Amino acid sequence: MNREPATNRFLFTAGALLGLLALTVGAAYVNLGPFNTIAALTISAAKTVLILVFFMEIRERSPVIWVALATGFFFFGIMFALAMSDFLTRGWK
Amino acid sequence: MPDSTLAHAPQFDDASQQRESATFGMWIFLATEILFFGAMFLGYTAYRLAYPAAFAAASRHTLLAFGATNTAVLLISSATMAFAVRAAREKRRTALTVRLLLTAALGVLFLCIKGFEYAREISEHLLPGASFQFDQPYASHAEMFFYLYFLMTGVHALHVTIGVVLIAISGFRAWRTDAFMRNDTAVDLLGLYWHFVDIIWVFLFPLIYLVERHS
Repeated sequence: MNREPATNRFLFTAGALLGLLALTVGAAYVNLGPFNTIAALTISAAKTVLILVFFMEIRERSPVIWVALATGFFFFGIMFALAMSDFLTRGWK
Repeated sequence: MPDSTLAHAPQFDDASQQRESATFGMWIFLATEILFFGAMFLGYTAYRLAYPAAFAAASRHTLLAFGATNTAVLLISSATMAFAVRAAREKRRTALTVRLLLTAALGVLFLCIKGFEYAREISEHLLPGASFQFDQPYASHAEMFFYLYFLMTGVHALHVTIGVVLIAISGFRAWRTDAFMRNDTAVDLLGLYWHFVDIIWVFLFPLIYLVERHS
């Protein structure tokens, strides 16, 4: 059976996502100290990139859409940074 | 794929402009959704930084097998949705109908598993409120974890429910109506929404189920 390139791409992406799921569960049972959370979030970010690139086809979308997406992340970053500048510094004397 | 022969609403110059506007609108909606869920992730982060031991103890009471299975279900449903978008572009009616209904079925499976999980947690007195019970000394802070857990997974499940309804309706329309097959924008936008809901779960999963599992 001849498969289209898109079919292989979707199957590869799904396989990679399930592999990363297994990796994130496995990594949680190894004591990495504070790096457990960092590893988990890094794997989540990798999954997000796979979904954005191969399922949502972000590279084929127009630049105006990249701006819309980047704006969402940018203001999320501002919300997080400003809030954490409070929460993380409350203990400072 | 610019197709100027497609019908378009009077406010647009042509079908491709209409399509770009609709797509842009969906991405703007998703950007606002980043902030909507972002506020809850911020609340989670602030409380977890304040009460790390209670959050670790509470996380170990979540049902990892349910959560991991649900993650796999949602990831696979994203793949079936990507295949559905492909079928819509290629105007393949049977493939589109089957793939949309399969995606919706996986969404229903996700919600069923989540429902069984909620039932277990409620029976174990982990629902915040008068009947909440948790080992001291973490009871009140673990209750905060479970409040955030039910809030975030609940809002996520609401998004999944909306997605399932829209995808199922699209599946039936693809099967029944010719007009639906002429324009693939709706399926493309639905796909974007579904993948976004998947991405939210990808971050919820480790933050809920995998806190300090090793100890």
